[in-house]
Amino acid sequence: MNYNWNWHIFFEPNPTGAGTYLDMLVSGLLLTIKTALLAWVIALIFGTIIGILRSLPSKTASWIGFAYVEFFRNMPLLVQLFLWFFVLPELLPRAAGLWMKQLPNAPFWTAAIGVGLFMSARVAVQLAAGIASLPRGQKQAATALGLTTGQGYRYVLLPIAFRIILPPLTSEFLNTIKNTSVAITIGLIELTGQARAMQEFSFQVFEAFTAATVMYLAINIVVVTGMRFLERSLAIPGYIAGK
Amino acid sequence: MFDNLDFDVIRRSLPYLFLDGMSFTLMLTGLSALGGLVFGTLIALMRLSSYRLLGSIAGLYVDFMRSLPLVLVIFWFYFLVPYIGQWLTGASRPIRVGAFTSSLVTFIMFEAAYFSEIMRAGIQSISKGQPAAASALGLTYAQSMRYIVLPQAFRNMLPVLLTQTIVLFQDTSLVYVLSIPDFLGAASKVAQRDGRLVEMYLFAAAVYFAISCVASYGVRRLQARIAIVR
Repeated sequence: MNYNWNWHIFFEPNPTGAGTYLDMLVSGLLLTIKTALLAWVIALIFGTIIGILRSLPSKTASWIGFAYVEFFRNMPLLVQLFLWFFVLPELLPRAAGLWMKQLPNAPFWTAAIGVGLFMSARVAVQLAAGIASLPRGQKQAATALGLTTGQGYRYVLLPIAFRIILPPLTSEFLNTIKNTSVAITIGLIELTGQARAMQEFSFQVFEAFTAATVMYLAINIVVVTGMRFLERSLAIPGYIAGK
Repeated sequence: MFDNLDFDVIRRSLPYLFLDGMSFTLMLTGLSALGGLVFGTLIALMRLSSYRLLGSIAGLYVDFMRSLPLVLVIFWFYFLVPYIGQWLTGASRPIRVGAFTSSLVTFIMFEAAYFSEIMRAGIQSISKGQPAAASALGLTYAQSMRYIVLPQAFRNMLPVLLTQTIVLFQDTSLVYVLSIPDFLGAASKVAQRDGRLVEMYLFAAAVYFAISCVASYGVRRLQARIAIVR
């Protein structure tokens, strides 16, 4: 392979004048983490609401849940980001659209909200499955104890259902982190974006991508380890995950 | 709010969008799914083989691919494929590779990791008695895989494989980052040329939505039918 390797490139100053190439990549890494965390909070909130709606006996509620999930699952994430970023501001009343376009950090907010809503559909499906996997007696016992539907979910169903779906939620969280890289198309310079920028400035393609790869692998390991720890500390002895 | 929109731009660009764009997308989806399935099955067999080394190589590959974002993988292969081509053909310098070949290689290698996990689950779902009976009948490992295990594994996993293919269909839109005119790329080219972002992106979203909805409805029907047969 006739390629000029130069691993010292990371310690050479980058053309933006602010630090080395390594600093560039690290700032991308931080932005990836920040975007992913915000997106994950959004995904959890909306996913929980929709997941509960899907599990309710009411026909209307489960239809709303179904429509929501189908809407967000049947379009590529990239197209959804374009809709939020390019299309929505044009369809809103002029003043609101203008405000959206002039937001500082518009790519960041769009990415976090877009990825968050996209992932919320997946969280909703997992949660609905988790609730459905609980024995019927749980809900009946909650009702028999005089809990309202809301209390039943809050104190009985959800705490167990979330414990059950913790492993698939871990991989959905990892997907959230990976999916933030799609926001490169709306101008968010996260980790992949910084690697691409470094490649364009320095022509050291493979060093840049190797570094980004290593960083993504590191995030993965941290998240998987952290979630395993969380799983163990939340496990109820003698019950499901506590085995 | 719709008064200054011009939906005629969609009608005017229909031939370009579908004959060029959508045919690229569908071809890429179909060939990647096939290639991903073939390589995925091989990786699954490696993972389940009794040679520990093969198993751990396959496991590493799958874990590695699955922890990287597709966009980064697309960039990796875009720059790497010319060098791989040089290495394979023994040419004196990196060979030129077309957009289609480059993205096809990317998606096959990337999807193989995901398809292999599905096939592994499928192979593991076949009861132990089946390969045991096959070897009792004197079939070799290859024959027992070819005639007994894989056909059943494939059949059991068909709905999941198809669902993954729908995901793949949506993911092919990411070749946008290489400015390749797939369906979304074509829509976006027209959008930027004519300054009609709203109309074109709404239309692209509707098309992806319609195709994915119909396809996943078909998968659900198929799943119900398979469930009754068994």
